[in-house]
Amino acid sequence: MSTTPRSFQEIILRLQSYWASKGCAILQPYDMEVGAGTFHPATTLRALGSRSWAAAYVQPSRRPTDGRYGENPNRLQHYYQYQVIIKPSPPDLQDLYLGSLAAIGIDASLHDIRFVEDDWESPTLGAWGLGWEVWCDGMEVSQFTYFQQVGGHDCRPVSGELTYGLERLAMYVLGVDHVMDMPFNDPQTPIPLTYGDIFRQTEEEYSRHNFDAATTEALLRHFEDAEAECARLLTVPAEDPKTGKRIIMAHPAYDQCIKASHLFNLLDARGVISVTERQAYIGRVRALAKACADAFVQTEAGGWAA
Amino acid sequence: MPDLLIELFSEEIPARMQVKAAENLRRLMTDGLVEAGLTYAGAAAFSTPRRLALSIEGLTAQSQPVREERKGPKADAPDQAVAGFLRSTGLTRDQLEVREDKKGAVLFAVIEKPGRMAAEIVAEVLEKTIRDFPWPKSMRWGAGSLRWVRPLHSILCILSDEAGAEVVPLEVDGIVAGAATQGHRFMGPTPFSVRSFEDYETKLKRAHVILRADERADAIWHDATNQAFARGLEVVQDAGLLAEVAGLVEWPVVLLGPIGEAFLGLPPEVLQTSMKEHQKFFSVRNPATDRIEGFVTVANIETADHGATILAGNGKVLSARLSDAKFFWENDLRTVASGGLEGMAEGLANVTFHNKLGSQADRIARIAALAAEIAPMVGADAGEARQAATVAKADLQSEMVGEFPDLQGLMGRYYAKAAGLSDAIAAACQEHYSPLGPTDDVPTAPVSVAVALADKIDTLTGFWAIDEKPTGSKDPFALRRAALGVIRLILESRLRVGLNASSGPFVFATKSITDKGFAEGADTGNLLSFLDDRLKVFLKDQGIPHDVIDACLAMPSNDDLTLLVKRAEALAAFLKTDDGENLLQGFKRANNILTQAEEKDGVEYSYGADPKFAESPEEKALFTALDAANAAIKPAMAAEDFGTAMTAMAGLRAPIDAFFTAVQVNDDNPILRRNRLNLLSRIRIICLDVADLTRLDG
Repeated sequence: MSTTPRSFQEIILRLQSYWASKGCAILQPYDMEVGAGTFHPATTLRALGSRSWAAAYVQPSRRPTDGRYGENPNRLQHYYQYQVIIKPSPPDLQDLYLGSLAAIGIDASLHDIRFVEDDWESPTLGAWGLGWEVWCDGMEVSQFTYFQQVGGHDCRPVSGELTYGLERLAMYVLGVDHVMDMPFNDPQTPIPLTYGDIFRQTEEEYSRHNFDAATTEALLRHFEDAEAECARLLTVPAEDPKTGKRIIMAHPAYDQCIKASHLFNLLDARGVISVTERQAYIGRVRALAKACADAFVQTEAGGWAA
Repeated sequence: MPDLLIELFSEEIPARMQVKAAENLRRLMTDGLVEAGLTYAGAAAFSTPRRLALSIEGLTAQSQPVREERKGPKADAPDQAVAGFLRSTGLTRDQLEVREDKKGAVLFAVIEKPGRMAAEIVAEVLEKTIRDFPWPKSMRWGAGSLRWVRPLHSILCILSDEAGAEVVPLEVDGIVAGAATQGHRFMGPTPFSVRSFEDYETKLKRAHVILRADERADAIWHDATNQAFARGLEVVQDAGLLAEVAGLVEWPVVLLGPIGEAFLGLPPEVLQTSMKEHQKFFSVRNPATDRIEGFVTVANIETADHGATILAGNGKVLSARLSDAKFFWENDLRTVASGGLEGMAEGLANVTFHNKLGSQADRIARIAALAAEIAPMVGADAGEARQAATVAKADLQSEMVGEFPDLQGLMGRYYAKAAGLSDAIAAACQEHYSPLGPTDDVPTAPVSVAVALADKIDTLTGFWAIDEKPTGSKDPFALRRAALGVIRLILESRLRVGLNASSGPFVFATKSITDKGFAEGADTGNLLSFLDDRLKVFLKDQGIPHDVIDACLAMPSNDDLTLLVKRAEALAAFLKTDDGENLLQGFKRANNILTQAEEKDGVEYSYGADPKFAESPEEKALFTALDAANAAIKPAMAAEDFGTAMTAMAGLRAPIDAFFTAVQVNDDNPILRRNRLNLLSRIRIICLDVADLTRLDG
């Protein structure tokens, strides 16, 4: 447990097996572009309603405005988050979290690990919670949040959410100064690959795309389409005429909400959204997230009982 | 008499909330205990990142029994009335006593409340305190419904005396109170039981927790200054940071490290801000070079390698942060070198200030014109003021301010110097934001004053013009602060300007806005009364009462704030003197008599008092005194020498008092009466020339 991992993927694998051993369902990344692991329906939607839940997963995340053409040692427009969500939050969640740090080679007796106030809020998801950013020797390595509200709904019971910024955490554990130099697989293997071998070119391509090339008219159109589709899916009557079953399409609607959110981020990176418009766009996405949350709590997974 | 010890052990409490929370715990508990009939000798509360603790000494072991008698309805009252009385007393009919009084047989309830044991009361008060605790922000966790700042894990609650300690039986949402707690998260996690407060504090220390926040702060400061001293360095004092850091650790371990050579060329404020905001580091100065060359970080753990890993990690994070800052600094300097501050400011045309008031560039153009207008009034060169205002906000476009918004203005000063601008312009870049509050320093350099005034007046006028006025507690554009800024700038630079004048700054600012097609048809006329309200609040804090300000606001040229305040200060000082207080009474008496007579007679007595009708010496003396006062007051008022004018007015006190004692104004002789009313009118005219004394209370 206390050995130091040798690669980025080893850190991910250790987190996966650690949280599996603690009873989490190890899910796969959501197959859409999202800004953070929180957007995965396994977190956003499952934090709602009364049913118990425990899941962990890696989520590739995109923040178009953070693109630096692969040159900045710490900033990427595409990066990985590791996300853990447990509902209801167990009383020993802090200890479980510290156990996960030990699993990836951070010895709590040698490092200075601290829980520093940082309340989390996602204006686009209409969500907030209280918690901390976790510092290891002065560096923020995780976000630790007790969800209080999602999509405007009070969370009962409360979910505990952990988010690890994988690249930053791994760089610290592996002692690497530039993300692109970080070993992705084991450096001793016949074909060692660094993070840069895999992502330097894509960072360049997407930086150019996000900042200069994406067609803003199309993005705007897609945003409006996604917005309209989300709203439309939620107004379809619950009774499915074909099967005769009650089927509320909360997840397909939520997909459209995710899409709108990412399109907004792209528009933002293209620099076509003014300061005043920004708030309006965020409000539009939040309205979608809220409508999806309203729909989800009417479904079985959301705690609805006939 | 037992002692009470309480500890509420939770996950990490935000540093900024700890001290207040401990104080609230003390207040709510002691208030509750006293209300329930217990007394105590002393109470002290403590906080660490994971616990609130309260020690109460000399608590009474039980509350006194209470016997209460309550009088009820008459014995023969309807059943309904009796039933109500029974309900309110909790007794039954046969428990009531019947007593005879003057009106006959009356029902009495005698309620005996036996004394209660302290433990029972403590349990009750503590549960209520926990459930109603006033956290600035609280949360739920797990499947429970209890709210606390972060999940509450355990409650320690014991009453102890010579015989030993006993746990107070108590349960809050499944958390059962006990006698045990635990120490430091990593260095003392094994639970232990305690018998008393002394035992608690001692065992905590053994388990690597310093209970007292001030003791932790002292230890931090002591270690930090010692370590710095040993290296010939000194720690930059920061009381706020020290208090915060003391709330982030239970066992402070001070570590001092160097700042990389590559970053020592950065402005010291950049180093300090970056280290404090992001890392909670103290800055360490080398007195030999007067540069910030090191940092102090406070860890929460002792390690086998004496903090080497921790210090290296912190140093690495700092280097990454400062690399960013250095990158911004160098980019900004390059921008300035190639295009000056004007070049840096270019992008401001694309930044919306407010959609109804245009871009930042529009706003800056208005401020520049207004600053040039104000410049001569404050002794600044109009051209220099205009240029200063043009570049004063350029740093908003700098990368450094983008990263550290707190450095706005300060970076402007550095970049103005780098661009080769004058010291006065560089200073204005920094100082034009001031004053930011009632205690903030007010700039005194003329160019800074001109730009600062122009900036605030444009803000006020602009938001007034588009009807975004503050309402109640809502003031999203900080207009109250801007108004106070205008007031303090005018007063401290003794600026003489009629704010309402058609050539005044507000009219100029309004025109600048509407000329560019913004806020068309705007009426900013009532802006001055908003300023007057802010002025009242400001002067009240300076000890000048509302009514004194009202008395001065009712005078001519009341839009000249310097004159207004000069008058108000003199009047407030005058009213504090014995003569002033009595003269005011004399004036009011004269004014009342006169006003009543004028209402009754339907005429105004304002002219023609003739000394030849004066009968008594007192009446004659008043004529003489009024002539003398008039002769002294007129020139003093012309010279705005309110002190002298009021001293002269004070000279009227004795003659007026003597007059009222000796003379009947409403004489049967209509000629004498009219003459005396006209004499009173002279008092009124002379006094009202100084200030509107009718508006004074008392």
